[in-house]
Amino acid sequence: MTRNIYIYILVMAAVTYAIRALPLTVIRKEIKNKRIRAFLYYVPYVTLAVMTFPAIIDATGSAATALPALAAAAALAWFGGSLLQVAVTACLVVFVLGMII
Amino acid sequence: MSDRNKYQSFFKGMRDAIPIMLGYLAVGFTMGICAKNAGFSPFQAFLSSFTQNASAGQFAGYTLIAAGASYLEVAVMILVANARYLLMSCAMSQKISPDTPLMHRMLIAYDLTDEIFGLSVAQPGFVEPFYAYGMAASAIPGWSLGTLFGLIAGNILPENIVTALSAGLFGMFIAVIVPPARKNPVIALLILFSMAASFIFSRVCDLGLSAGTRTIMLTVVISLAAAFIFPLKEECRDDA
Repeated sequence: MTRNIYIYILVMAAVTYAIRALPLTVIRKEIKNKRIRAFLYYVPYVTLAVMTFPAIIDATGSAATALPALAAAAALAWFGGSLLQVAVTACLVVFVLGMII
Repeated sequence: MSDRNKYQSFFKGMRDAIPIMLGYLAVGFTMGICAKNAGFSPFQAFLSSFTQNASAGQFAGYTLIAAGASYLEVAVMILVANARYLLMSCAMSQKISPDTPLMHRMLIAYDLTDEIFGLSVAQPGFVEPFYAYGMAASAIPGWSLGTLFGLIAGNILPENIVTALSAGLFGMFIAVIVPPARKNPVIALLILFSMAASFIFSRVCDLGLSAGTRTIMLTVVISLAAAFIFPLKEECRDDA
């Protein structure tokens, strides 16, 4: 069975948008509950951390390039590096170490 | 809000999001290569990035499409891979003024990405809709054009460069989560704990879960536990 790529694109876009729009349009009031607020506050940090490690090792194909890249990116971000600087540093570390190893 | 203030908010958003645009241009490159592997034409890759703005979701979607999955399978995978946006959207609903009209809410939702969310939560007070549109005006072209260029140039580039570029996405994630961790030790602790848990459940005992399901379950369990152990102090509202 051949499938149409445009229908795939439509399905992906519709599901993605529905996920993003539903809470934002339904929750109209400020949430007062301290625990719910704390939960929502912690969510992005936890989810991004979970998605970063150990997935970065699979992406570069080697812990020997991924771990130094992760460490360098984290150090630069800690000392005030911008989003772009941090992203480029991660790429450069993987590139340079990839040549040596 | 006066027209003048709207313009000011819009341009401030655009300017603040320039690093996001450049990062997306670079990371979109890798996305273009994935789209090509799934049989997408340059225009289709551009269109899918323009209508989704979702790194992990698109990546998961392309992988399934390349494997010949059904529309329903792709829909479920996107739902799982992007479920974190459901949580971010809840959080974002608290970061905009409660009297924001429906139309603005619907438009803000369109480009609610990890990085846009990161920049939004870093703003003091409520996020103005026009500030959000400014960020989107920088971010969306960066992402969709990056994907387009990646698809066109991806097989010209040597493999070691493509591998190096794939690390850029994670660099962006780090750039979003580390600066708040410096200010708030609870976040630093949570990040380290989350990475350790993620490692254990993907490498030591994976329980047969897919990466998407694992991400959602760990996020919900760890954030919920943290909410009970470390409830927010009132002053966290504005500066974090």
